[in-house]
Parts: sequence; structure tokens; C-alpha cells
Amino acid sequence: MSDAAAGLTTPIEEPWLATKAANVRRARSPVTGEGPILAGVLIGVTILFLALFLILPLAVVFYEAFRNGASAYWAALTEPDARAAIGLTLLVAAIAVPANIVFGLAAAWAIAKFRFPGKSFLITLIDLPFSVSPVVAGLMYVLLFGAQGMFGPWLKAHHFSIIFATPGIVLATIFVTFPFVARELIALMEDQGTTDEEVALSLGAGGITTFLRVTLPNIKWALLYGVLLCNARAMGEFGAVSVVSGHIRGLTNTMPLQVEILYNEYNISAAFAVASLLALLALVTLVVKSVLESRFNDALPGKARGH
Amino acid sequence: MSLVTQRNSIIPGFGLTLGYTLVYLGAIVLLPLAALVLKASDLGLSGLWSIAAEPRIFAALRTSFTLALAAAAVNVVFGGIVAWVLTRYEFPGRRLLDAAVDLPFALPTAVAGISLAAIYAPNGWIGALIAPLGWQVAYTPLGIVVALVFIGLPFIVRTVQPVIVELQQDVEEASASLGATRLQTLYRVVLPALTPALLTGFALAFARGVGEYGSVIFIAGNLPFVSEIAPLLIVVKLEEFNYAGATAIAVWMLAISFFILLAINLIQAWSRRRFGNV
Repeated sequence: MSDAAAGLTTPIEEPWLATKAANVRRARSPVTGEGPILAGVLIGVTILFLALFLILPLAVVFYEAFRNGASAYWAALTEPDARAAIGLTLLVAAIAVPANIVFGLAAAWAIAKFRFPGKSFLITLIDLPFSVSPVVAGLMYVLLFGAQGMFGPWLKAHHFSIIFATPGIVLATIFVTFPFVARELIALMEDQGTTDEEVALSLGAGGITTFLRVTLPNIKWALLYGVLLCNARAMGEFGAVSVVSGHIRGLTNTMPLQVEILYNEYNISAAFAVASLLALLALVTLVVKSVLESRFNDALPGKARGH
Repeated sequence: MSLVTQRNSIIPGFGLTLGYTLVYLGAIVLLPLAALVLKASDLGLSGLWSIAAEPRIFAALRTSFTLALAAAAVNVVFGGIVAWVLTRYEFPGRRLLDAAVDLPFALPTAVAGISLAAIYAPNGWIGALIAPLGWQVAYTPLGIVVALVFIGLPFIVRTVQPVIVELQQDVEEASASLGATRLQTLYRVVLPALTPALLTGFALAFARGVGEYGSVIFIAGNLPFVSEIAPLLIVVKLEEFNYAGATAIAVWMLAISFFILLAINLIQAWSRRRFGNV
């Protein structure tokens, strides 16, 4: 109730979906710039603030990871529990991301290519997972499938576990990454309209052929963009997964959970070694995202979705 | 409705794709949400009320909301400056810093949490610098604010940047030619135009901060009544298999967030009327 309403009034957007690189007019007349002193203060504050809050946390991850030398770093990553955590994270992403790709394609096709009543309400519902705290998302799945949850007794009777097992981790991950691909594709395909598909169909192409040969090439960069962000979140999700995982070493620990366990055991450099892999993933994500934005900005949805 | 639509369009697949969308949405999002609502209605208003009145839960809710508001306020000031400088100025490293603004979203929250804790711990890079002054950030409520500032920064910057790009610079020229100093122009012309976007960013950062878990718990110290946040208490209740308590905290978080966001929306509507739509 209240959460659905909250979604209606202020959909929580992931801001990195909201802004694409824009062409900025920096050439100014002398009167629309600050004087040298104020400009210096503003630039200084910006650099100091970003260094303190962005660069330093990133630097400390790699510093702590390699503090005890490269061999300790390597040992921490190849240790069996760490390997199991890496494997589980890859497995979860390999299920959750394609699931959300299929959903994103279906939702974008239905919403962007057809008119029907209730469309904007449907878009609001698709955005809803962004406005739910990850811990609350995990809680909802526990209430459904946990031991004392709605379907708990039934699952127990059939010897099937979702909570404290891989299916629950996959479900929680799908929930928190739910809107990423759909949002990108809906925004872009609504801009593109239906003309290309109508031409292909009237020239005799079938529905599948039209999708594969006409629609897919039109949306491939936006799809990649959505998949990139979806994957980063899927591999890095902590709160929702933490609630449903049960933290069983070697079995239900994803990489972020393994980081937590090692850190709480004061095994600091091993925690940072695993964390450094996730930080590397974040860096690669940012670089690919920047490349996509600068080279294929026209093929990504514009600022149409702004607030 | 689908029949009408089908007739108007030669494009196939409406029933299939909309059907799949609704089923998937129902299974992944709406069913779990219904479980939460159902559990909350079991408790009833009196049950929800009595759980929120428990001192430890009340303290956690108060901690989460006040610190999320404080962090969003810090971000409005510094995020606003960062957005302005990254958009209006050219200096070495600007593009790199601009790309780095998205880091809090790309970096998994647990990684951010342990690295902030390591920096601000009494023996950390910054913690050791300020310890002689008698200041401590990690394991205090101040540490929670630091984590929430990190998490909320891109919300403000990425919301305000496009508005700065769209600003008509002739208005600033007009202001200057009418005799305003640059500070007067910034305060009376530029700032009002940015206010709605700053408020939106504030609301987004606040909403994210209230629910944030991973980046906070490592630096917070998690001392009940002092630095224990509401999402952590949900986890604690779940570990005790106290589903009712966890549900009540979740419902209160959602309800209070809703009313604060509603209030921000009203202020925003007022500021748009007052300062014009930007």
C-alpha cells in the first residue's frame, strides 16, 4: 500500500540511468563566469570532496588488498570458500541477468509498440523495485518462502528450499535488478516508434524475423547498456542477498557476503582481496559505460525520462 | 482491450509480450509485496504501533531518518557545487572526476562499507589524522553520515547537471548587465532555477539513504540506541525469526519515507510555482 503509493509519487531512479553525457556549452561570456578567486575555491572544493569521497575509498581497497604482498593476495582469492563465492556470484548473475533481459525485451515490446490503458501505471510498477530498500526486498521473500512464511510448510513438505539456498539468492537478485534493462529499452523504443517494424512487416517479413533483423539492431547498444548496469548490480548486491542467503560458507555465500564474513573475522587483507575483484568489476563497468555514452549516445535513450 | 489494440496495429506479439510481462512482474514483484502487506495486516494498526514504540526500534528508526536527512543535506550543498563545477568549468581531470561520480552505484555497497570503515577507523588514513584532535568518525553516527553521503552523491549531481546544462546563460548576462554582482546572480538567479532539481536530488538521496544497508553497517559500529539503523534491526529480527517485528519495521520505514517524500514533493511543487518551471 504505502510503498506502492511512494512509487507513484516519486519513482526512485538510479541516477546513472537518468543522465546521459550531454553536450555542454562551456564557452561563456566574461560576465557568466565566477571571478578567479571564487572559481578557484569552487574547483578546489570539488576536487577535494570527490578525492575524499570517491578516489580515496577506491584506492584503499587495492592498497589493503596488496598490503601483505601479491602471494597473500593470490592465496586469498584461490582459497576454496573464496572460489565457491566467486562461482556462486557468477552463477547468480548468469541466471538473473538473462531473466531480466527476456523480461526487459517483452515489457519494452508490449509497452513501446502498442497503446493500451494503464500503461503508465505498469511502468511505475516496473520501477517499483528501485524504491524498495534491499533489506525489505529480502524480507518479502522470507515472508513468502521462509520456514514460517506463506509457502514455507509446503516447500518443507516437498523437500525444496528457497530461503538459505541458491534459488532465494537468485530471486532476490532478480528483484533488485528488475528495472534496469526494461527501463533502458522502454525509453529508447518509445522514442523509435513503430515505423521500421511496420515497413518490415508490410514487406512480408514475419514477426520473429522483424524482431531479429529490424528491432534488435536498433536497440543493441541500449540493451548492452542496460545489461551492463544490471550485471554490475547483480554481482554486487549485498542487502537483499544477505537476508535470504543464510551465510553458509562454500554454499550460499556470494562474493559481497564473503567480503563481510572475512572482514568480521578480522581477516582484513583477504576481505579486501575479494573486494578488489568487485572494485575491478565496478571500474570496468564505469569505463564501458563511458565508452558507450560517448560513442553511441544517439543509440541510447535521451533525457526523455527526466524528472 | 487487447482486441482493440490488435486490430489497430499490424505488429504481432502484443498478447504474448504483455502476458509475459504481467506474469513475471506478478511473480517477482507483486507477490512478495502482497506477502508483506498481508503480514502487516495480520499485525493490525495497534500491533504495528506497539512494535514501533519499543525503545530500541524507535531509536533505530529515528537514527535512520535523521541521519539520512543530514546526509542528503550535506549532499545538496557539496553535490550542488560538484555539479556546477563539473558542468561549467574545464580543468585537467574533469572528465575523469565526472565519470567517477557514478562510482557509488558501480561499487558494491559492501566494498564501499569496508573501505570507508578502513579509512575512518582510528588507525586508518583519515582516522589517524583526526584522532589526535579527539575526533572519531568510524563506529559513531558521524560514520553513518559519511557512508550515506558517499551513497547519495550521484543522486544530487546527476539530477542537477542536466538542469545546469539547460540554463539560459543570457539570463545570467541580463542579471550582470543590470548591475548584479556575480554572487548576487548566483544566489538570486541561478540558485532558484536549480532549486527544484536540488530538491528532487535531495528526495532521491534521502530515500536511498533510509534503506541503505551494506555501506553503513561496517562503519556504523551498530550500537543499539546510538548507531543502529532500521534496516540492520530488520536483519536482527529476522535472525531471531521474529517476522512480525521485521515486518513492522519495514512498514514503518516505507510509511515514514512516503510522508517525507510527499512533503518534499509539495515543497517542490511550490518552488516550481514560485521560481518558474525549469
